[in-house]
Amino acid sequence: MIFGRSERGKPPVEPVTLKILVAGGFGVGKTTLVGAVSEIRPLRTEELLTEAGRPVDDTSGVEAKSTTTVAMDFGRITLREDLVLYLFGTPGQERFWFMWDELSEGALGAVVLADTRRLEDCFAAIDYFERRSIPFLVGVNCFEGAARYPQEDVRRALDLDEHVPLMLCDARDRESGKEALIGVVQHAMARASRRRAVTT
Amino acid sequence: MSADGQDRSHWFDDEAGPVVRPYAMTRGRTTSAAQHRLDLIAVVVTEPYADDPEDDPTLSPEHVDIVRLCRDSSSTVAELAAGLDLPIGVVRVLVGDLVDGAFVHVNRPVPPAELPDESILRDVINGLRAL
Repeated sequence: MIFGRSERGKPPVEPVTLKILVAGGFGVGKTTLVGAVSEIRPLRTEELLTEAGRPVDDTSGVEAKSTTTVAMDFGRITLREDLVLYLFGTPGQERFWFMWDELSEGALGAVVLADTRRLEDCFAAIDYFERRSIPFLVGVNCFEGAARYPQEDVRRALDLDEHVPLMLCDARDRESGKEALIGVVQHAMARASRRRAVTT
Repeated sequence: MSADGQDRSHWFDDEAGPVVRPYAMTRGRTTSAAQHRLDLIAVVVTEPYADDPEDDPTLSPEHVDIVRLCRDSSSTVAELAAGLDLPIGVVRVLVGDLVDGAFVHVNRPVPPAELPDESILRDVINGLRAL
């Protein structure tokens, strides 16, 4: 569709944008969670893995280097006309971890999805956010047919710090996804105020 | 370019997808002149009094698409990449060009640690609850 120039049209709203990451192992339900709470069908962005997009503008090697595509799915929640929350599912494969640095920069926080049948798949994500002091909570995705464990046992198995929230969730369920996101923001706020209390 | 002397017979299978083509739109550049390092959620807005991009011979059709998409409602870098089916790196370069040409401006997201107060976070929580 071609739009004419609308000089007298109101300038578009320039919203404040925030992002929350959804991390976890392959097939744990990241895109499902994004899709459950997003107002749009999750969109896919791709990044070619070469030196492209790096601060160093060195094109030598780019042409000769084989590239890989990393796909990231993301969703959007318009909270107000001028306040929009984006959810990014992080690439699941560990070899794409360097992409996380760029994703996590400026992120409000993260949901780490865990599957009790393959808990070890989310260790790497937990490590990542712990080391970078990015607020996160663990959402145990309750797959049908998976055994339920007491939360304390899961916490212990994950060796979670006591202040990191852990909740049971269903990635397919919108309300459950909302709860997880609210949990992340509350956790981020609590951490920020603790930090302020320490510094002042 | 530098690859000339190198392995020109480099072999890629179909799995590799389009290997170089997307960056043809940026004339091979992987960063824009101004080094705009744009976050995925940086908001791109067309300047209300920008010249018609269609009239600018230096702009590619993809540049024109971006100016058009961001005219009636702002769009993030990630949304542009998804909407135009271009890699994020390419969109960054193109948006950088458009910023230099004063066709668009970009609002960088405020890192949560630099938010002036908690009111925005409270608004996020209330907004999520109200969904």
